[in-house]
Amino acid sequence: MARIVGGIACSHVPAIGAALDKGNAGNPYWKPYFDGTIPAREWLAKIKPDVAILIYNDHANALSLQMIPTFLMGTAELFPVADEGFGPRPVPPVYGHPKLAWHLIENLILDEFDMTIANEMPVDHGLTVPLSVTCGQVDRWPFKVIPLCVNVIQYPPPTGVRCFKLGQAIRRAVQEFPEDLRVVVYGTGGMSHQLQGERAGLVNQDFDAMFLDGMVNDPQKLTKLTHTEYMRESGSEGIEMVMWLAMRGALGGNVREAYRFYRVPTSNTASGLLCLEPTE
Amino acid sequence: MAAPRDYESIPGTYVYDAERGRVGYHLNMFCMSLNDPKNREAFKADESAYLDRFPLTPEQKESVLKRDWLGMLKVGGNIYYTIKIAFCDGLTFQDVAGMMCSMPKEEYAKMMMAGGRSPEDNRYKEEAK
Repeated sequence: MARIVGGIACSHVPAIGAALDKGNAGNPYWKPYFDGTIPAREWLAKIKPDVAILIYNDHANALSLQMIPTFLMGTAELFPVADEGFGPRPVPPVYGHPKLAWHLIENLILDEFDMTIANEMPVDHGLTVPLSVTCGQVDRWPFKVIPLCVNVIQYPPPTGVRCFKLGQAIRRAVQEFPEDLRVVVYGTGGMSHQLQGERAGLVNQDFDAMFLDGMVNDPQKLTKLTHTEYMRESGSEGIEMVMWLAMRGALGGNVREAYRFYRVPTSNTASGLLCLEPTE
Repeated sequence: MAAPRDYESIPGTYVYDAERGRVGYHLNMFCMSLNDPKNREAFKADESAYLDRFPLTPEQKESVLKRDWLGMLKVGGNIYYTIKIAFCDGLTFQDVAGMMCSMPKEEYAKMMMAGGRSPEDNRYKEEAK
């Protein structure tokens, strides 16, 4: 039977990918960030996942405002890397797991989560940066990846509690998959940041510390945050953290914190990295 | 349930909601077109003519031509989309963020290095300086 063996929360700041791709990871600005990611990479290598379900948001690359699915899952065998306006990132293409993806879609829809199905789509930095952070610069990603896109671009995104419940439904569906697979779930984006307006650059370290603690010990408390609270407290784009709650929901009741790293700034953002193991 | 659009009380923030989505659609779809290298070339060759391919309002067109990043948000721009223009210009997110809050690039970078903009006195319009 398939089972969820770990959860990773990881910011997906595009500048992280650019720093790696341009060979700047060792410079004084970036070294403290990348040094802080090493234990997560070592932890993930030990966990040895076969498949990752990677929850992220597309940034006007695979999707546009033409059609805006709230939750979308990719079923393709292969996801090419998107050109986001400056050429595609020089990273390997992403191999999917169509069989598990279709199993999840069937189960999620029958479990009342009306997923949009993507049979073909490119993937952008929202997906590839967390892979780079946790796998390093590789010729081939060490596991299959099922992309799960969440709309956070057009207000309103799904609520935190809805994302948490989606995670719980993912857990049920994974556990019913008959093959023996080790699955990790990524929740990406965040932490506090604001990319727009006169308030750009907002970072709320107290909020982020509260959120990191809540992810480990009291996710129910976090599911009560309203969209306006996210935006007021953690910046307008801090609302991406609802995607972390989807990951947390997939891990079950209790978790062990395997690693935590937090840094300000990462470009315009407070970045967080959290590795969790289910204990049930 | 929170009061509708209570986020409008947040200072310096333009939430891309239904109100802005209704007016900003074509402006943002223009921005997205710049994902295609051929379109980037065409835009660079003649910005005004390229913009005329999209049904923009005069204010929207003007804000793009002037690279008025804050102005674009006020006429329906979505930052995840308008940033495509900046990438086409060879600017970074941080360059644009500084321009939106009228801070010189170095000052903005310094603020970020020092921990970012504080949320203190920055949660409600009436308390913001």
